[in-house]
Amino acid sequence: MDDLEIIGEKIVNQARPGEEIEAFVAWEEETSIRVYNGEIENLSQAQSSGVGIRIVNNHRQGFAWAGTLDISAIEFALSEARDNASFATEDEYLGLGLPDNVAPKDLDLWRNELSSHSTEEKVSLALELESAVRNSDKRIKSVESSNYGDVSSIATVLTTTGMKASYRQTFSFITAHAIAAEGDETQTGGGYSVGRTLTELDMSKAASDATRRATRLLGAHKPASSRMTVLFDPQVTTTLLAIISGTLSGEAVIKGRSLFAGRLNEEVASSIVSLVDDPTNPSAFGASAYDAEGYASRSNSLIHEGVLQGFLYDTYSARRAGVSTTASAVRGGFSSTPGVGARALLLNPGTKSQQELIESIENGVLVQNISGVHSGVNPISGDFSVGAEGLLIKAGRLGAPIKEFTIASSLQRMLQEVVAIGNDIEWIPSVAAGVSIVVDGISVSGV
Amino acid sequence: MIPQEVVQKVLAAAVSRGGEFAEIFVEDKKSSSAAFDDGKVEELSSGVSRGAGIRVVVGDTTGFAHTADLSEAGLMRAAEAARSVALSTNAGTRTVVVDSPKQHVLSERILIPSEVGKREKIELLQRMNQTARSTSGSIKQVSAGYGDSYRRILVANTDGVFATDEQVRTRIAVSVVAFGDTGMQTGYETSAFTMGFEMFENVDVEELATVAAKRALRKLSARPAPSGTLPVVLQGGSGGILFHEACGHGLEADHIIKDSSVYKGRVGELVASPLVTLVDDGTVGSQWGTASIDDEGKPSQRNVLIKDGVLTDYMWDGLRARKSNRSSSGNGRRQSYQHLPMVRMTNTYLLEGNESQERIIQGTKNGIYVARLGGGQVNTATGDFVFGMTEAYLIENGEITEPLRDANLIGNGPEVLKKIDAVADDFSITPGTCGKDGQSVPVGCGQPTVRITEVTIGGTANG
Repeated sequence: MDDLEIIGEKIVNQARPGEEIEAFVAWEEETSIRVYNGEIENLSQAQSSGVGIRIVNNHRQGFAWAGTLDISAIEFALSEARDNASFATEDEYLGLGLPDNVAPKDLDLWRNELSSHSTEEKVSLALELESAVRNSDKRIKSVESSNYGDVSSIATVLTTTGMKASYRQTFSFITAHAIAAEGDETQTGGGYSVGRTLTELDMSKAASDATRRATRLLGAHKPASSRMTVLFDPQVTTTLLAIISGTLSGEAVIKGRSLFAGRLNEEVASSIVSLVDDPTNPSAFGASAYDAEGYASRSNSLIHEGVLQGFLYDTYSARRAGVSTTASAVRGGFSSTPGVGARALLLNPGTKSQQELIESIENGVLVQNISGVHSGVNPISGDFSVGAEGLLIKAGRLGAPIKEFTIASSLQRMLQEVVAIGNDIEWIPSVAAGVSIVVDGISVSGV
Repeated sequence: MIPQEVVQKVLAAAVSRGGEFAEIFVEDKKSSSAAFDDGKVEELSSGVSRGAGIRVVVGDTTGFAHTADLSEAGLMRAAEAARSVALSTNAGTRTVVVDSPKQHVLSERILIPSEVGKREKIELLQRMNQTARSTSGSIKQVSAGYGDSYRRILVANTDGVFATDEQVRTRIAVSVVAFGDTGMQTGYETSAFTMGFEMFENVDVEELATVAAKRALRKLSARPAPSGTLPVVLQGGSGGILFHEACGHGLEADHIIKDSSVYKGRVGELVASPLVTLVDDGTVGSQWGTASIDDEGKPSQRNVLIKDGVLTDYMWDGLRARKSNRSSSGNGRRQSYQHLPMVRMTNTYLLEGNESQERIIQGTKNGIYVARLGGGQVNTATGDFVFGMTEAYLIENGEITEPLRDANLIGNGPEVLKKIDAVADDFSITPGTCGKDGQSVPVGCGQPTVRITEVTIGGTANG
């Protein structure tokens, strides 16, 4: 971390009078292993680093990045950022963050232990997962891929305005993608487990999820079209929450792209819906002591008992909206500027298990997987239409598998029609935790 | 970029513990972008990245390492890391000789974007903003983006290949929000080529802005799409992604070798309507998926995948071709030096037929007319796909009538290919970004107007 801070300091020290400079310096080490048929298919180990430089001069912003910490590349980025700023439109709200008095939480997101494991050990985890899936059920025809991966990353944000934050984290994960076959029919399903280090991985869960998700779809047909109650698996809920979080961005609100603009304190969801974004929760894989502009992370209530409580803001959008930042700046890496985003959304859980939720449904569908999210959900209009696969629910019991159908509604309507939330919170490597939810009034299109 | 002697030395080191094949891929890339949003020049960004990826193939195993350090010592360290998958401690010294480099250089017509003033790039975006906003008072927000990249690559391997290439790509896009009684609607349009700034001699940015604005405005009065199964007419150039998703991915040899494609073992069989001839072609003009060589140094070529409905071949990269004892089809691509190459499409398209678009519409009693598709997704093992309609209309009694709100279509690739009953003579290609296994590459997708006899429409309106 010290090395990154030294580089950051060297960059911000080059500020000219009137200039604000932000240096974001990142380093990452990753291992990626894929096995197939008992052999290593590929193995890759690499380190990479880079720097993103943001300059604000007279309320004009410029940005440049370099995919290396090589001095000449950093010099290039600095002069390009400076030049780029001179072409931007002046905007009175533009400027780097100023320290506030929120103290960062001490989050334990880094495991030194990860680096003590050998490559052989990591390879054997991927091999073990492959054979666990293959031997779990005779209908498993093959395991298309079984993977082990880990990432250790460190980042520093430093500005001439006094922001200074360094944070680091480790992740370790295994994933398997199974192909099940019966007769001439084929279905696929995936399973995974994630932890901060490899001793936190749950091999049997990853294997049984892949097997169950692939085999339970065998024999699936297209369902008849009708309007139904849908139970979403936790992983699907995660995807839905990630989309909804985009509509709760203060940046979308000020730019007129949020369907919730102007609806603060109104009922936008069913009264059982309470949603917070809390990146200080160490269980969340999006947790971090700081946001991407160096502010201490904090818990933000977005929806409480159905009523819209607030939006997420970074420095710029907060100044423009006349509020304080919610420390919700995120960035895709050193090659992009910060923007507003959720990191650790959590829907307040209910009391029922998924099994109990199934028992409460007379006629519906359990959706285990959705596809075409990027093309089928318009977060600005709220139109929602995605491909799905899952199982019918009849009289409180899981029934026949179904596939090749779409489910459609609108984001606004779905939030209002959430009728039950499960107790099965599942932390998933995404911006939101998964949990089973039941939503009414969804159009199922099949035959 | 790297001298021939160093390349040979690094490759020799990479196979010094055994292995049939080693490759070095060097990339030096500069990119720039500009974003106009909310009435302002919001951001200009410039970036630079360079480095090398080295892979060593030992039996069925590939070892890979990458580095941003292009010195001889840095490359040797990467070669050492990549060869760690080879077990033997000393396989003897193998001398590696590569040909003198086959250099592909840019034509003089190319206007390197970094040599064009930033002011000129911004001006394009301002023009799109003005045009879109002047279309109607209901247009409440416009964002426009410009991007370019200049990428120099070097590929060399132990088979003696040594090639270099320069690739320039430029893109522009505009996205608008219209506001009305029914809420907000969006419209998007883009243009992108494997060209430099000279692309704007032919691309009319005002036209792009007008198309995007009208797309959003029309949807303000749109009705919900139907729910159920109907005939679909895809306008020429609107939906090449259907063929990219519905069958292109399933014809990639990595899926075939792993038995995760519905098209495995079906070469020579009728897999589509006889009206279907599908081609993947990395040589088409300066389309978005075009390049002189692929990222394994193989010159791009035109590959016929399906001819008159009969499956003729798959797409191959070097690794899968080697396993199957044949030659690569020039489809080995990678996102950057930090990624392993794999089988990827270039420009994938359906050849045109003889029918006229007008007659196809007139011959459709009731159905959906799709003027623009958004993205899509496929499961290659089952062939099931979805893709989104971002501009669509009802067809009633052989005429295009009311606009529809956005919805997804869903189907099964092999089934849809058999249900194509009309192909028009109005071919065109659109640019897209293809994601596979975490890597994104630029591709082109093309088709003439076609009719599919039935597809499931994922709307909310009954009937």
